[in-house]
Amino acid sequence: MIETEFAVVGAGPAGLSAALEAGRAGVQTMLMDENQAPGGQLVKQIHKFFGSKEHWAGMRGRDIGDKLLEQVKKAGVKVMLDTVVWGIFDEGKVLGIKEGDRNRQIRAQKILLATGASENPLAFRGWTLPGVLGAGAAQTLVNLHRVLPGTRVLMVGAGNVGLIVAYQLLQAGAHVLAVVEALPTIGGYGVHASKIRRMGVPILTGHTVKEASGNAKVERAMVVRVDDRGHPVPGTEKKFEVDTICIAVGLHPLAELAWICGCQFAYISELGGHVPVHTENMETTVPGVYVAGDAAGIEEATVAMEEGRLTGVDVAHCLGYISGGKAQRLRAEIQTRIQLIRTGPFGEALKGAKEKLIERKG
Amino acid sequence: MRVTEHPILGKMVKGRKVEFEFDGKPMRGYEGEPIATALMGAGIKVFRYTVKGQNPRGVFCAIGRCTDCVMTVDGMPNVRTCVTLLRKGMKVQTQMGLGAWEKSK
Amino acid sequence: MRESLSKTGVLTKEDLAQSPGVPSEERMERGPVVYIECMEEIPCDPCQYVCPKDAITVGEQIIDLPVLDEVKCDGCGICIPICPGLAIFVVDKSYSNEEALVGLPYEMLPLPKAGMKVHGVDREGKIVCEARIVKVLNPKKFDRTAVIYLAVPRNLALDVRHFTFPEEEE
Repeated sequence: MIETEFAVVGAGPAGLSAALEAGRAGVQTMLMDENQAPGGQLVKQIHKFFGSKEHWAGMRGRDIGDKLLEQVKKAGVKVMLDTVVWGIFDEGKVLGIKEGDRNRQIRAQKILLATGASENPLAFRGWTLPGVLGAGAAQTLVNLHRVLPGTRVLMVGAGNVGLIVAYQLLQAGAHVLAVVEALPTIGGYGVHASKIRRMGVPILTGHTVKEASGNAKVERAMVVRVDDRGHPVPGTEKKFEVDTICIAVGLHPLAELAWICGCQFAYISELGGHVPVHTENMETTVPGVYVAGDAAGIEEATVAMEEGRLTGVDVAHCLGYISGGKAQRLRAEIQTRIQLIRTGPFGEALKGAKEKLIERKG
Repeated sequence: MRVTEHPILGKMVKGRKVEFEFDGKPMRGYEGEPIATALMGAGIKVFRYTVKGQNPRGVFCAIGRCTDCVMTVDGMPNVRTCVTLLRKGMKVQTQMGLGAWEKSK
Repeated sequence: MRESLSKTGVLTKEDLAQSPGVPSEERMERGPVVYIECMEEIPCDPCQYVCPKDAITVGEQIIDLPVLDEVKCDGCGICIPICPGLAIFVVDKSYSNEEALVGLPYEMLPLPKAGMKVHGVDREGKIVCEARIVKVLNPKKFDRTAVIYLAVPRNLALDVRHFTFPEEEE
């Protein structure tokens, strides 16, 4: 049994930020990730990030991840890669892990579950054919492994993931024939949509994919217009000769470990579905177990970093490494930055959703 | 298709190319990359066939969660090829249904 | 504004005429100046910080739209590669009697070469003219967002926002 003060599950932006904040305060911290390299989603984000200076706006996601890791290592945090956390026991005090091929257990005073999100599926006739895959999956294949899943793509979903991945597929040399979006409006940022529109990619709002077909792989897709109730309008079918259909219809929190150890959940659709209820300091209903980042509600990397920092501050304070006064000051700074992010047409909905979530716990 | 040049990522840098077997045929891939991408890089999209309908399946989530990409590797069935790294000499087989476990019934 | 953008993904010229980030006609005739096509309230402000002439203001509420001071702006274009939305351009209507210069961000391969003839493309991806590559800037500090300057017919300076290579001869 390994003993530590603070165990962080997931080395994405939230986990890295939490480990950094706690590590700098002197907390004995272990940061684990099942991948071969840390960074979580940041590794695949080759575009420049929005936000302000504190969020390294203008820097590419991948480079932000590298910077964070550098700082985390300097802070003396123990980083364990190729390490799967498969279980959580003893009322959220013990983790079962598989480090490479070794099965081990870690007892920690505080645990952060920063396990990110999972892509939502979309079932339609032929969706199981090879060639239909998640947009995030396509991003992983191209940006991490340098292999294109195909060269003629239909993107389903015009949220930020769909728009960004469509652009990245173009950068990798694929032909994106269209982005289809069932809703009447584009959900992602206008600038992401504009980038691909001027590259000739049509964005068909009020349309969805009806069927994929082909001989043991995708060879074509049928797209159909939908009415304002989401029902396909007969006679509006359009055929696209594609070998790849990417599904970008949202993410949901990956919070199985939180479920297993008994955290209370709430269903909040703006946050991606079932989300662990947590306080303003990111603690769940199981004392000592925290959530941050997409696992605490689908938002963005900038929010994930701030939530990670909030967790690190609370952990450092609870374990006696920083005073109550200092913790309050740090929290106020972080909250101010979060408020700046959660404004505007995109941020407001998320602010309301998070407030609902935090109310539930009270 | 390999993305050998990229405007942001630059030139593709991989480990050494190694030989492995796919359904008895010799193939080459990069040591240390997922088995799935070695196959996709060679144009292989069908990794297995389902139990009931013998439907072809391939990569779906690419991060080891959905298990759509499982194949029989070195005699062991249900190996998630998108997160299992290629080693020289591996024997990768298109999996039919549940693979070798079926035979133990 | 948001309406048309969220339906089509494209800002119309009518939308842009109301943007606080676009210069006046008169200023564009006088020499190079930026043309900021950022009209959505996204929390973001690197353009404000990178301008050496303090010609762009976002303010403390970082969701506010960038406001251009067309007098301070000299069209150096250093803000073009910093914008995460690739929404900043440079326009110079003083380039010549027939042509205007348009500077745009570009993150694709291959990079064009100065002197090449290309197709000028508008915000909807439609080819609207023939254009000529005048300058290709891709220094390390632009962090892989190249800035390409194209000469286009003057009357299309507010239309051309991208380019494509001519089809290869069979």
